[in-house]
Amino acid sequence: MSWNTFSTVAETVKALNDKKVSAVELATHYLDRAAALQPVLNAYVTLDREKTLADAKTADDKRAVGGADVAAPLLGVPVAHKDIYLIDGWRTTCGSKMLENFIAPYTSTVVQNMSAAGMVTLGKLNMDEFAMGSSNETSYFGTVKNPWDISRVPGGSSGGSAASVAAGLTPASTGTDTGGSIRQPAMFCNLTGLKPTYGVCSRFGIIAFASSLDQAGPFAQTAEDCALLLNAMAGFDPNDATSLDRPKENYSRDLAKPLAGLRVGLPKEFFGEGVASGIAKAVDEALAVYRKLGAVTVEVSLPNVKYSVPAYYVVAPAEASSNLSRFDGVRYGHRAAEYSDLMDMYKRSRAEGFGAEVKRRILIGTYVLSLGYYDAYYLQAGKLRRLIAEDFKRAYEVCDVVMGPTAPETAFQFGSKSDDPVKMYLNDIFTICANLTGQPAMSHPCGVDESGQHVGMQIIGNYLDEARMLNVAHQFQLATDWHKCHPSI
Amino acid sequence: MSLTTQDIERIAHLARIRVTPADVADVQAKLDGIFKLIDEMQAVNTQGIEPMSHGLDMVLRLRDDVVTETDHREKYQKNAPQAAEGYFLVPRVIE
Repeated sequence: MSWNTFSTVAETVKALNDKKVSAVELATHYLDRAAALQPVLNAYVTLDREKTLADAKTADDKRAVGGADVAAPLLGVPVAHKDIYLIDGWRTTCGSKMLENFIAPYTSTVVQNMSAAGMVTLGKLNMDEFAMGSSNETSYFGTVKNPWDISRVPGGSSGGSAASVAAGLTPASTGTDTGGSIRQPAMFCNLTGLKPTYGVCSRFGIIAFASSLDQAGPFAQTAEDCALLLNAMAGFDPNDATSLDRPKENYSRDLAKPLAGLRVGLPKEFFGEGVASGIAKAVDEALAVYRKLGAVTVEVSLPNVKYSVPAYYVVAPAEASSNLSRFDGVRYGHRAAEYSDLMDMYKRSRAEGFGAEVKRRILIGTYVLSLGYYDAYYLQAGKLRRLIAEDFKRAYEVCDVVMGPTAPETAFQFGSKSDDPVKMYLNDIFTICANLTGQPAMSHPCGVDESGQHVGMQIIGNYLDEARMLNVAHQFQLATDWHKCHPSI
Repeated sequence: MSLTTQDIERIAHLARIRVTPADVADVQAKLDGIFKLIDEMQAVNTQGIEPMSHGLDMVLRLRDDVVTETDHREKYQKNAPQAAEGYFLVPRVIE
């Protein structure tokens, strides 16, 4: 058997090249599986069999004519996209009632790039509403279940992106990460997920949440796959004002490098009392593996990182309140059925179209940007971002990468935090700093806790050091089997 | 810091979100909790620190002043709740 449901992207490429499977067969297999498991997991918001199979047929036709093509290295490989990416002609909801019937009129750059690399779109994945959440409980389209234990959350906001790959509904998916929305669900579902340096992937055509923090990235089973996916996703885009204008990189180039001499910084702030004991143990064991592979660990300190969560809950809501002002019930989105005048129409449409968490964040953002409060909040948060970035800069004088647990707790039960926003926010305590500074960060599987829930190791790299981080995670995965565990679903 | 009912009503108006009198207390309680978390950052002395919005401190690019967009009006207006003859329709604002 050269190919199966849980084949990686790399294995799928090989099976396609060896003509063991066709793009249409792959698409049909995953579409059938996605449809069959939809009532259990609710990972997708939209599947469009006809569109997907047409895409797959095109890929097979191209292969028949030209054979494997360097310009389309992932020709025929299926991928599913978080429902925050616009794809021309596809419904794009962002997990919100506001956009329940919105049909995207153009395609995001990242999806265009992946299609150019030959990938076939399987469907649109469920997510927290407007990417605001850490558990997928804020989606208007219902919660996504964790395929490892359906009484637990898959993480968020890219919950569908994680659940779909973990359950073998697609070999790869895209997510977005504003405060940990790729890394935390990757941990909860035992996957490898990467948030690149801010500006590496274009934000054009991705529905904006917090523009100075949002970054697109891949979910897959392995670091090797994440490198292949990032090769397709990344690149300069004149349509995104903050896109980094730099030459294309081959993120797979360093995968095979040995780790001898790698300096791993361990911030003492990431190993404190807030970390569950099962996580601390799994992370320690993973660090022992890294040492065996030749890495040396050094303690570093990030004294300002404890202000990440407060600073984030100023910056993200402030930018969200501005971005989400475009939903006015006039040009697109939900409009209330009854209203007295224009002002009442705006207020009712937004009250009905947005869920509770989104409204909370808009209100926080509106307050911190309102007259007289800007300096105390947004400006202060901006200064803290600089202090946190300087902490990391000092750390990188003595280490090459920073490591620690991805989240302080493993996948939790539905409802256990949804009534207490602050409790929910604190789950992102280790991931948020990399969004505030713009550094690349990833999570890879590294063990389980006493209840069998998965633990992730977070690797935070220096700016534009993705190739090294992927090398580090890949070498770990050559020496361990955690990433090869699949749920029995 | 704690927010008053008037604060909630004021920001809800600024944000153009209808908050019913029945919801004000719950919104107020949750926002108070969140601001308690946010206010932890007020403890840091940041005098003289330059605020940061981009890790690589990039400068925004300029582009040539030429028309690049083509007309998509019809396609874009398909998503409008109400549109006619190329216009978005809103409740009457001028008597």
